[in-house]
Amino acid sequence: MTGCKKLIEVGRRQFLRGGAVATAGAAAYAVAPKKAAARSLARVDYPSSRLANVKDLTVDEPLDIAYPDDDSPGVLLKLGRRVPEGVGPDGDIVAFSTLCPHKGFPLNYVAADKSLNCPGHFSRFDCEKGGMQIWGQATQNLPQFTLRVDDRGDIHAEGVDELIYGRLSNVLA
Amino acid sequence: MAYKRQIDRLPIIPAGAKKQSVTCHFCIVGCGYHAYSWPVNKQGGTAPSENAFGTDLSEQQGAETEAWYAPSMYNIVQQNGEAVHLVIKPDKACAVNAGLGSIRGARMAENSYSRQRQTQQQRLTEPLVWRQGMKTPTSWEDALDLVARVTAKVIDEQGEDGLFVSAFDHGGAGGGYENTWGTGKLYFGAMKVKNIRIHNRPAYNSEVHATRDMGVGELNNAYEDAELADTIMAIGTNPLETQTNYFLNHWVPNLRGTSLDKKKAELPSEPHGPGRIVIIDPRRTVTVNACEEVAGKDNVLHLSLNSGTDLALFNALFTYIADKGWIDKDFIAKSTLGEAVPRPALYPARGGAGPDRPGHLTNFAAALEGNRTSIDDAAKITGLAPADIVKAAEWIAKPKEGGARRRTMFGYEKGIIWGNDNYRTNGALVNIALATGNVGRPGGGVVRLGGHQEGYVRPSDAHVGRPAAYVDQLLISGKGGVHHVWACDHYKTTLNASEFKRIYNRRTQMVREAMDAAPAGDRQAQVDAIMVAIRQGGLFAVDVDIVPTKIGEACHVILPAATSGEMNLTSMNGERRMRITERYMDPPGQSMPDCLVAARIANHLERVLREMGKGDYADQFKGFDWQTEEDAFMDGYHKHAGGAEHVTYERLRAMGTNGFQEPAQAFENGKIVGTARLYTDGVFSTEDGKARFMDAPWRGLEAPGKDKQKADHAFLINNGRTNHVWQSAYLDVDNDLVTDRWPYPFIEMNPKDMAGLGLKEGDLVEVYNDAGSTQAMAYPTASAKTGETFMLFAYPTGVQGNVVNAGTNELILPNYKQTWANIRKIADAPAVTRGLSFKSQEYRSS
Repeated sequence: MTGCKKLIEVGRRQFLRGGAVATAGAAAYAVAPKKAAARSLARVDYPSSRLANVKDLTVDEPLDIAYPDDDSPGVLLKLGRRVPEGVGPDGDIVAFSTLCPHKGFPLNYVAADKSLNCPGHFSRFDCEKGGMQIWGQATQNLPQFTLRVDDRGDIHAEGVDELIYGRLSNVLA
Repeated sequence: MAYKRQIDRLPIIPAGAKKQSVTCHFCIVGCGYHAYSWPVNKQGGTAPSENAFGTDLSEQQGAETEAWYAPSMYNIVQQNGEAVHLVIKPDKACAVNAGLGSIRGARMAENSYSRQRQTQQQRLTEPLVWRQGMKTPTSWEDALDLVARVTAKVIDEQGEDGLFVSAFDHGGAGGGYENTWGTGKLYFGAMKVKNIRIHNRPAYNSEVHATRDMGVGELNNAYEDAELADTIMAIGTNPLETQTNYFLNHWVPNLRGTSLDKKKAELPSEPHGPGRIVIIDPRRTVTVNACEEVAGKDNVLHLSLNSGTDLALFNALFTYIADKGWIDKDFIAKSTLGEAVPRPALYPARGGAGPDRPGHLTNFAAALEGNRTSIDDAAKITGLAPADIVKAAEWIAKPKEGGARRRTMFGYEKGIIWGNDNYRTNGALVNIALATGNVGRPGGGVVRLGGHQEGYVRPSDAHVGRPAAYVDQLLISGKGGVHHVWACDHYKTTLNASEFKRIYNRRTQMVREAMDAAPAGDRQAQVDAIMVAIRQGGLFAVDVDIVPTKIGEACHVILPAATSGEMNLTSMNGERRMRITERYMDPPGQSMPDCLVAARIANHLERVLREMGKGDYADQFKGFDWQTEEDAFMDGYHKHAGGAEHVTYERLRAMGTNGFQEPAQAFENGKIVGTARLYTDGVFSTEDGKARFMDAPWRGLEAPGKDKQKADHAFLINNGRTNHVWQSAYLDVDNDLVTDRWPYPFIEMNPKDMAGLGLKEGDLVEVYNDAGSTQAMAYPTASAKTGETFMLFAYPTGVQGNVVNAGTNELILPNYKQTWANIRKIADAPAVTRGLSFKSQEYRSS
């Protein structure tokens, strides 16, 4: 998950420099372009990624994840309360992208009200309401990762419901 | 659950795509965007050579990248008859927003008319005429002929005072220099219409007569001043939500201290520190919270005063600052009136200094004596702590280390504009700015922060008079025979709206019934029947708009207009920055720019009047042979605005999203030279060039009926805007992101008040008083004071104006903010509110 951490650092650095600066974005990633499979489909083909096991999770202790690839940071949460799209034995496990869909700054999790918050421009997203933007600048609610829990309790991410910040295809190609 | 688009990939803008300049048409800030368009059967690729960014898009892009756009920034539209992909994304090189997009502007593409992607299908595409008991599509010729015949007949019988007009007077969508000139030339040039009002208030008047009377135009500084100020004083404004990118891109750097280098470079001979802010607002807004986050609580002073008591606070600040000697004596001597003007007899005990002037203009010393208010007296009236008032005075005016005067920028908006005693309150604030020499210098300014952009150029409106006619009340009392409505919706955005709607529905229904009873294809019979109904108190109504409106439901003819981007449109923002939005798509159906609609109405009136044998009057309607919006621009702005001889479409296109700041001074080296800030020479907008102070003593709640309403009801119904929807509701009623978040207007209530009424989050409530009733969705808000609520203004599913009484100030400025009402539960939270988030809207770092 090195890519994910680097991205967050870029976001923080730019944030601390105070906003309107030229992005170091592309230059910061000396990652080799990934070759697309020679398939031509109407929608992107999402990988299935094992994120953790339900036993790894503690209520309100966010687990850093990345999905669909290492350059797309996210968070896996056990909320402690059943929510409509929650999975796991208690129906309370959810996962979201942590790149603010406004300008790509890293969101921080506030356990006190189970929200993800953006230090760049003050946007807030409700983890108990499918990532609904409580208030903010983004023109979309927060991308949520589709989860599946298998018989062993392993949690897999298998889809995304909005476009992730910083990529024009959720699965890079 | 939260609305999700399920979009996982977007078409890539190809290298060589068409790129045009766009200024966001929603709020006054006017953020710069670019519209990219390319043929629908083409697409770019991820390789740098294949896309418009020259960037490898197979990689994740970093924060603030230019090489990304959200699904809301994409659409497929018609351009010159061909389907094209359209991306409208914020421009990093624009000095206003530096690449930031707001939640409104960054949805411009998604909120465009697209048959292919089924967006904004509500848009009006054809003229409609009431026929056979419904609004029926017809041709422009047919619709305009009916409008002209009825209008001409009404004028023939009642004179021009029988023609009532409601019209935008601003910039951005539903306005702009082209369209204000088009409507202005029709109603103030060809005619002298007196019974006219503006989109959000019931008369044709300035919202800031006071500052203008004092010689200080209300948009006098530059956005850069918010980066240079030692202190920003924000009054009755919530800029994080209503000037979003002005706040984020210019206020925040100052409060965070990141504009320090700029301060030192531009103003080297004085000490500098990070900016401080004084916020005057009865409500704790998200702006207060954001300021505390970036500046630290020690540098933010939120004065949460009693609603409507700003005037007493300003007078105490003025008194304290003057008594301490923290004033700019040289400026006062050089640039403001020297001799006192005697107070009129009986002032201030009996109203104002004259029917057109609720405050008395004079010199510094006389205003100081007239307004003299102690800190303690102000504390009693405002409910503030005396120490906080003193602290505000120090932050505004106490000299800096070494004796340099503090640079303070004063920004105000609807909290006082639509608040108690508009005229005197505005004047009392400008007093402080003048006394401290904070007009016309870097880091200063006393400015309204604004709603729409501006775009006003019209023939003289002097015949309207002052006070202007209270148009809504005249309509309610049965006056007028024909009503032309231009991009206004009284049903959502007026005061006393309950009564207005009731009467308007009745009067227009009389005409509908008359039309239904006459043969539809017999134009003369139709006009005769309409005129009979009008003589009996009926009203014939014509609505020009881009979307169906609530008032439009009552109208008999609907004329479809084009909006920004479907036509070339020029406007200026809150620092007078003028830009052109280039036409990047076709208007829907047969719709056309308002200026051309006005011209065609004029053409038809000329023809019909000639037929009626009124050749001399018909001649007044000549000069409307415009074929394009550029024709209207050249006839209007170019010939009539100050410095406009330097300004053409071609030059504006070349100036891109940065444009220039009005007034234009010259055209040099291929660029229009503008004016960063006004009054730098100390010469003000009065005949003698001297600014006036205002003797403006406190007189309690000024508008009729407010004291009684306050005494009789349990809750203050404070009201205003919210981030998701601000100057964009007319399109957002058809936008899923917004209607999902706000199916009903919210009313923020203290949880104890909710408990007292048996309310849970999301429950529907009725808000009711002597003026009417409306409804809203309860939003528990811990920071709300008990007994003080805040309701979303002008929302179609619950109109706050229904409970605002008819009382205005002497100059017919509405007093929306001071409204009191009772609240009762209507229903448990319905399905659409049950899935919503009701968490605090304040950002949290932990």
